[in-house]
Amino acid sequence: MSARAHGAEAISHRSPLKTVAGYTGMVLVLLVIAVPLFWIVITSLKERQDIYVRPAQWFPQPATTANYSDVTTRIPFLDYMRNSIVITGVLSMSKIVLGVLSAYALSLLRFPGRGIVFLVVIAALMVPNQITVISNYALVAQLGWRNTFQGIIIPLAGVAFGTFLMRNQFLNLPTEIIEAARLDGAGPLKLLWRVVLPMSWPTLVAFSLITVVNEWNEYLWPFLMSDDERTAPLPVGLTLLQNNDGVTNWGPVMAGTVLAMLPVLVLFLVLQRQMIKGLTAGAVKS
Amino acid sequence: MQPTSLDTGAAQGERTGPPAPVGPPPRRSSGRAWEWSLAALLLAPNLVLLVVFTYRPLVDNIRLSFTDWNISAPVANPVGVANYVEWFGRADTRTVLGNTLIFTVATVGISMALGLGLAMLLDQRLRGRNLVRSAVFAPFVISGAAIGVAFQFVFDPSFGLVRDLLARIGVESPDFYQRSGWALFMVTFTYIWKNLGYTFVIYLAALQGRRADLDEAAEIDGASPWAHFRRVLLPQLRPTTFFLSITVLLSSVQVFDIINVMTRGGPVGNGTTTLVYQVYQETFVNQRAGYGATVATVMFLLLLIVTIVQVRVMDRGQRA
Repeated sequence: MSARAHGAEAISHRSPLKTVAGYTGMVLVLLVIAVPLFWIVITSLKERQDIYVRPAQWFPQPATTANYSDVTTRIPFLDYMRNSIVITGVLSMSKIVLGVLSAYALSLLRFPGRGIVFLVVIAALMVPNQITVISNYALVAQLGWRNTFQGIIIPLAGVAFGTFLMRNQFLNLPTEIIEAARLDGAGPLKLLWRVVLPMSWPTLVAFSLITVVNEWNEYLWPFLMSDDERTAPLPVGLTLLQNNDGVTNWGPVMAGTVLAMLPVLVLFLVLQRQMIKGLTAGAVKS
Repeated sequence: MQPTSLDTGAAQGERTGPPAPVGPPPRRSSGRAWEWSLAALLLAPNLVLLVVFTYRPLVDNIRLSFTDWNISAPVANPVGVANYVEWFGRADTRTVLGNTLIFTVATVGISMALGLGLAMLLDQRLRGRNLVRSAVFAPFVISGAAIGVAFQFVFDPSFGLVRDLLARIGVESPDFYQRSGWALFMVTFTYIWKNLGYTFVIYLAALQGRRADLDEAAEIDGASPWAHFRRVLLPQLRPTTFFLSITVLLSSVQVFDIINVMTRGGPVGNGTTTLVYQVYQETFVNQRAGYGATVATVMFLLLLIVTIVQVRVMDRGQRA
């Protein structure tokens, strides 16, 4: 890789060979990512008998949307969608609020044992979910909370990563501004709402996006908590669809998969810059 | 967090209107109590959730591993170390450990190496690089379950994409559904395909934040591209590599959705069963939560040891 200063990148002294290699690499990568996605979409648009032919049809003839109407009527697809929205919405809101409040206390308030409390919060990142599910399952089942939204949401609502991310952000705010606001007589909540949060907007957006995407894709816990469409979110619903009959009917399954992928992909395409900022912000400090 | 007294002067100087109160001391001393209680109030909900649903089960899991509990029974009888003895003696333990090791080493190693390679490629000035950057990152935001379902058909040995592509070059498709080795390859590939965007994005950010002067110095010294990579680039990326090696390891050891959706731990019983999947199977399918808790405890200990070793190696590397 040729050395260059950032910003003013010298294209001139890169050999043509390297340029060709670079573009070849880019095309290869693009194919590896795009071809499977293309395959999923065309399968979802094929008539049943066209899916099971060799060699495969790369352009469905005729293309049909039957699989989409099939999947949305044959399984309670809209119920799964509703559950996903409820779970993601409530869980994200509470995680964002709890994360911001915890981070605020851990960065801008002074109290004894602050360092230890912070450690307790982030050490939770090191505990794999799978180790906690056995005991949590027993607890939630005892409460009679299986197949309820609170049974899915409450055990997942603790915030470790978000607290860490927001605390870093709050600690990087200029102290003078915060002190000035304090001297102006701003109470702690007013300080948070009027001064700290407005200056932390990009990080808050990044944290929120990552949370929404994570909760939308959450699988293991909702899978254990839900038996059917009363509370199962989309990823779990998809699996139920797949197992309906011995032989999977791939057309509707692929249509369901596309519908499940679409919301996050659209969100991602619109807001990828902010999302990436959140992920890298978490990595850069360490 | 101390320059309070220094800043107050400037801040007060700029103020107009009523004279400032006579400095912070009175507010501080009387304020301490409310500051503590406010902090407790703000932190309490999150701490309670983490303690009840993360730390309590972590400890409870160890207790359960010494019992014969089945997940629906009201009582669990203590059985001493019987579960641990069983784990060490069972034939499938080696298979499961082997699967976990292969899957983890492959996913961590390949996704970090490829992620760095792609970051270096797409850090160059190439037309259309933003499009490719987005494409590489996109699968990371899609649900693992959805990708698992879709890739099952991508790998379908009779009518899948892989079969079709291989047929075009005259190669017969391996039986990804029935052969353990190929099934493990399938879930490993799928996991890397989905998660490559993460290592890529982190490495790209690190590359963009590197010191340009070192690159220039290396060029002036006439360093070969390899020497430049080894001696200039990699050392600068070390903190990132360390961070990734821990986070990627933690998340790939935990993978459940892709395996559950694609193979259910099969074929032939435990062809793609990893430790995490075994925890689920023993606890919720075989109704042996005590044994499941034992596997979970072993897994946690292994993870802890690996993480400590990683931190040690990193420390030594930094001092050298």
